[in-house]
Amino acid sequence: MHSSLTRIAAVLVASTMLAGVANAETIRWARSSDALTLDPHSQNQGNTHTLAHHIYETLIGRDNDGSLTPRLATEWALKDGDPTVWVFKLREGVKFHNGNDFTAEDVVYSIERAKSEFSNMKQLHAEVQSVTAVDDHTVEFQMTGPALIYPNNLTNTFIMDKTWSDEHDLAVVQDFASGASNYSVLNTNGTGPYTLVSREVDVKTTLTYNEGWWGEKPPVTDIEYLTIADAQTRISALLSGEIDIVQDVPPQDIERLSNTAGFKVEIGPENRFIYFGYKFGDEPLKSSNITDSNPFNNPLVREAMELALDRDAIQQVVMRGQSIPTGIPNPPFVRGWTEELDAYPAPDVEKAKALMAEAGYPDGFSVTLDTPNNRYVNDEAISTAYVGMLGQIGINVTLASRPVAEHSPIILANESDFYLLGWGVPTFDSAYVFNDLIHTKTELHGTYNVGLYSNPELDEKIIALGTMDDMDARDATVAEIWDVVKADRVLLPIHNQVLAYAMREGVTLPVQPENQPNMTTVTFE
Amino acid sequence: MLAFIARRLVQSVIVMLVVAFIAFLVFRYVGDPLAALLSQDAKQADYDAARERLGLDQPFYVQFYYFVINALQGQFGISYRLQQPVSQLILERLPATIELAFASATIALVFGVLLGIYTALRPRAFSTGVIMTGSLVGVSLPTFLIGIGLIYVFAVELKWLPSFGRGEVVQIGWWRTGLLTQSGLRSLVLPAITLSLFQLTLIMRLVRAEMLEVLRTDYIRFARARGLSQRAINFGHALRNTMVPVITITGLQLGSVIAFAIITETVFQWPGVGSLFVNSVAAVDVPVMAAYLVFVALVFVVINLIVDILYFIVDPRLRDGARTGK
Repeated sequence: MHSSLTRIAAVLVASTMLAGVANAETIRWARSSDALTLDPHSQNQGNTHTLAHHIYETLIGRDNDGSLTPRLATEWALKDGDPTVWVFKLREGVKFHNGNDFTAEDVVYSIERAKSEFSNMKQLHAEVQSVTAVDDHTVEFQMTGPALIYPNNLTNTFIMDKTWSDEHDLAVVQDFASGASNYSVLNTNGTGPYTLVSREVDVKTTLTYNEGWWGEKPPVTDIEYLTIADAQTRISALLSGEIDIVQDVPPQDIERLSNTAGFKVEIGPENRFIYFGYKFGDEPLKSSNITDSNPFNNPLVREAMELALDRDAIQQVVMRGQSIPTGIPNPPFVRGWTEELDAYPAPDVEKAKALMAEAGYPDGFSVTLDTPNNRYVNDEAISTAYVGMLGQIGINVTLASRPVAEHSPIILANESDFYLLGWGVPTFDSAYVFNDLIHTKTELHGTYNVGLYSNPELDEKIIALGTMDDMDARDATVAEIWDVVKADRVLLPIHNQVLAYAMREGVTLPVQPENQPNMTTVTFE
Repeated sequence: MLAFIARRLVQSVIVMLVVAFIAFLVFRYVGDPLAALLSQDAKQADYDAARERLGLDQPFYVQFYYFVINALQGQFGISYRLQQPVSQLILERLPATIELAFASATIALVFGVLLGIYTALRPRAFSTGVIMTGSLVGVSLPTFLIGIGLIYVFAVELKWLPSFGRGEVVQIGWWRTGLLTQSGLRSLVLPAITLSLFQLTLIMRLVRAEMLEVLRTDYIRFARARGLSQRAINFGHALRNTMVPVITITGLQLGSVIAFAIITETVFQWPGVGSLFVNSVAAVDVPVMAAYLVFVALVFVVINLIVDILYFIVDPRLRDGARTGK
């Protein structure tokens, strides 16, 4: 009994030593949750796009500094004399994984599919009226009006092979309500740098280099993409040498990993800001003791609330340095961001108290703050910190903390008086923020303007942005809108999030601002 | 006997219906699946349309009605989150959970019985004190702490065993097993130990208590007086009489191990039905949650049915009672 146990132990030890040798070209990459589907137009969600970018390609790519780069389209421009038509020149000699040629009709098919009813990508292509193949390698997009920044909307819309899609009956995008699953949920045929070898959902997806890829061969030839939901286990797996890269690093582990020999952490800004929102309008707040007016509707109260918000303290204490405080709900990558807008006032409790008194609330008021607790980095802790800060100026806040699945419906139904939310800007253009957060809430605009701010003058300007044909004039209008948004304190921005990827020494994966890193950018030392 | 089984089957169906009904009642408070399903820039109109297509605008009892109608036809729909048929998702992950449950039950049974006998036979030995105290620690520490501790020691520091996953698997028909590869077996060690600790302690203390009880009885004393060997008394007479309650408890516990290996599966990223459920709750994936809860109810119902039938066979009093009752 005893000796056989020893023998088993010896075998186990010996086998670990053999397994520890890794091929330098294989990267084992772990994150907290898996891609939802491989159907490229079904979900507009970061994890899903990240994996898809390895298998499929888009017409236009996005560099790590946020700028647009050629991908399946080599050049693009507005048609001479017609600012409502975009012309794309396609890359020649590109083949899909199954050997089919990539041509203009694949682009037409894919954009139409992305625009179709069940596609979650359709909002990005709402301004596309029709797509036509001029010849095999030229495509024209007829827009509903001048659409200067439309190419920004193409960086996550993947191109599928029309022939293959027709063979597998994929014209209808996978729909969660359909009761059945289509072929493209688990099968792929892209033009991308890697082909799918195997996929076990929520466990492991393996990819290998596509020898026929048009680009320069990347150092990484094989990818093991793993899902490890538990943060502790994810970090342990990195420390024990079972994986090479962890994409979702809890902020409390960043410092420890940076100080551990053999490991390093790459840090960079994310294209996402975190903010507080509050209810506008004359109607009294549901959760407040003030029953005859809405304190948030008073600009003096909003100013006092900004002066009570100590952004630097939140950055240092709550975020352990891992955030970039900001005075504008717009990340620095986005067109329309300026340093002046980004500036924020130093906290001043005395002045804030005076403003509260001047506004008619010398004794403060009470209100409920709704916060998610599993969506953004330290979301609940940020809210808790602000509750304390508001207490200093007499605003007595009750914190209602919920998982995002419960938080979102309350927010979207305009039922919150005061809430925390985050917002990413996938088009890298200010209009995306204005459309959903600033424009008056209607069927088609202001879906997340749940504080119900309404400024008809701004609405007009926001709508005008969609059809302007002069970039300088457009930039000027964007600046005018931002000035009003900042002066009115429509939202109370806290900071931009920071991304951290941890990896073993000898491997470098640079941070991608949309948190969609590509393994083709990995370098070995 | 047949009437008994038929009656139990009818009761089982009712139990499962009740579980599903309560599940649907609770789902309304878990959150809105659309939060995760629709894109950030979806418009109000998209939300309304999606709500209608999913039937989420209906009251819960209507949703429940459709769930039952479809379930009776074997249709559990597709997962909102993963877009794959729910029954396929659960079947794919079931082998992982069952292998883990049986491995941990085996560990618990073997070591639990051995340690139980040992501590019963040497009630005053120093080693017994160590084992009893150690088992208290094992039973009072939460599972996730034990898991994280084992990972830290055996994966991070010693690098002997993998910290997550199931290793290489082999497909046999629809059953995906990790028992036939070296990496699969190595991956099984830590989660199986973690999951077994609680049951191990339970069985050990049960065996010890029963054994101490039996050893005090008259027939053991008579056996000693007859001059039988210590070995024959301990294992031939005492242990056999100890095993009846142990088997009952182990059987019932196996059900809860299969159903509630959730924490262990999450800590070790074990790809079983438990971790599927946890991921589904976070995304408010109603079809998977509903099917899983009905499945768990089924596991308990089946195990209870088997235990009842076993009692029927083993205990002559029940059988005779049934006969005279006729």
